[in-house]
Amino acid sequence: MSAVLRQIGREKLLLAGLLLLGCLALVGLLGPLVTDTSLAEIGTTRARLPPDAAHLLGTDTQGRDVLAALVAALPQTLKIGLLAGLLGLGVGGLLGLLAGYLRGLSDVVIRTTADVVMTIPAIAVLVLVATNVRTMTVGLMAVIVAGLAWMYPTRAIRAQTLSLRELTYIDMARLNGIGGLRLVMTELLPNLAPYFAASFVTAVSTAMLATVGLEALGLGPQNQLTLGMMLYWAQYYGAVLRGMWWWWLPPVAAIALIFIGLLAVSAGMDRLLNARTRQDG
Amino acid sequence: MAGYILRRFALMLLVVFLAITINFLLPRAMPGDPVELQLEQLSAGGGQTGDIQATAAAMRTRMGLDQPLWRQYLIYLGHVARLDLGVSVAHYPERVADEIRAGLPWTIGLLGLATLISFGLGTLLGGLLAWPGSGRLTRMIGVPVIMLSAVPYFILGIVLLAVFGIAWPIFPVAGAYPFSYFPQADWRTVELIAWHGMLPALSIVLASLGTWAIAMRGMVVGVLGEDYITLARAKGLGPRRVFFAYGLRNALLPQVTQLALTLSHVVSGAILVEVIFAYPGIGYRLYQAIQAKDVFVIQGIVLLLSVSIALATFLLDLVYPLIDPRIRIAQE
Repeated sequence: MSAVLRQIGREKLLLAGLLLLGCLALVGLLGPLVTDTSLAEIGTTRARLPPDAAHLLGTDTQGRDVLAALVAALPQTLKIGLLAGLLGLGVGGLLGLLAGYLRGLSDVVIRTTADVVMTIPAIAVLVLVATNVRTMTVGLMAVIVAGLAWMYPTRAIRAQTLSLRELTYIDMARLNGIGGLRLVMTELLPNLAPYFAASFVTAVSTAMLATVGLEALGLGPQNQLTLGMMLYWAQYYGAVLRGMWWWWLPPVAAIALIFIGLLAVSAGMDRLLNARTRQDG
Repeated sequence: MAGYILRRFALMLLVVFLAITINFLLPRAMPGDPVELQLEQLSAGGGQTGDIQATAAAMRTRMGLDQPLWRQYLIYLGHVARLDLGVSVAHYPERVADEIRAGLPWTIGLLGLATLISFGLGTLLGGLLAWPGSGRLTRMIGVPVIMLSAVPYFILGIVLLAVFGIAWPIFPVAGAYPFSYFPQADWRTVELIAWHGMLPALSIVLASLGTWAIAMRGMVVGVLGEDYITLARAKGLGPRRVFFAYGLRNALLPQVTQLALTLSHVVSGAILVEVIFAYPGIGYRLYQAIQAKDVFVIQGIVLLLSVSIALATFLLDLVYPLIDPRIRIAQE
């Protein structure tokens, strides 16, 4: 265990990414304790004020305090990403495990489905689903984007399961009379754990990208605040064209930081996994 | 080879069929009367003008709601086959197909040019990043470019718009040409269009450059470890020659494979860039249709996106074996 931790400690990119995401999560968790998030409601402040001592990030056209809105939106966006990532990983991981372990027809069906869904542009399907939903909520949003975040985990876990099941220790376990579910749980899953972790990061990134895109198109939760909805309203009321930088810059910066953090974590994890395979081989 | 083409073709047909079926089923699978639901949303959005009962009746006949489901499906397939995608509810009686036809050239132009530029530049940058002989400057460019590739295209678009459109107004902030200008077939028009397309194209190029660079870097690192590179070095060829003629060239072909894999990602990203710059392509029209709850336009554009990406992927699949014999052999 400590060897694994030491390995993680050496991967600076991974650490930097985790640190960045951790800080953002902390702001999302602790922010509401130090800022008055009731100011994030429409019409609670005077509209269109540039930043000053009372409103550190100014106010928007609808009379929200931008800092309060940011603090209220951040945890919601992280929630969508985490929820959708977990759902995508759960479904995708299970399918990948099934395809890789059972092989044969189930493998062909699962692989083809994943390939086909990958070819259909995510945004197209999401737009269709989202336009047909009556009221969008943060939870529903997570479920919808998860519907397109399972393919990468499926492919990654399938490939790893396929190569793992050829290894001698699996044969040993099988010869010892361990079979079926028990073999998967005790021998396969623990060795797949790092790939599950890597797939989780990919699933969260995919889901986040889809979420922010849908929200920017105006298909997000209209009555709840997320980073994407903040951007949507900023775009809707022409914040950029009016030069109200304090309105659009905070959500833009927050979204950019989230994605840069996710990229760093996933790149760091790739390097870690490659280092492991190099050592094993 | 024939088997390969056939398999790819079948996959494309499957995707197209699925896209059409999803388009057909989704509005009908939602609880409640689809026409009532759509009209409700339409009037809530303020998009409804004219006789609402006539609209409802027209929509009902069009969707064939009094018929059994399989009959409705056949009717729908017939419409799609004749490229009859219905009429815009918000801009009645404009036809959806015409709306799409008006937007398509803008999207193809913007997306095509931006993708070509970023593919070229990104591939070169990726190659240089992998080459041990490239200087410090290249490596310094690499980091921010790769960081930018993590950020959604339109986020970058907003920043570029604010910096080069508002704070430092060099480029126009909206449209594909001045709104009061009537485009003609002359140089002035070309200049205006190029000038207006600069910021949207730049957003796409900057945001996707890193994706190509990362992929190419990995490819070149792999190629540089091959025996033929060692042989080329042993023959006494200069490092530059080895890199360009042996390293880059062999890594370039698999890089083209990346194009197909990222195509749907690029299109999804470009849609939102159009929204930010009010660029009159498919993406901006989709945004406007969503604002106006204009169902048939939304469905038409979504269908077009899915089908055209399936087609493009199929065409790229056909091209690889021609340019890269390794794929041809692997298939056999």
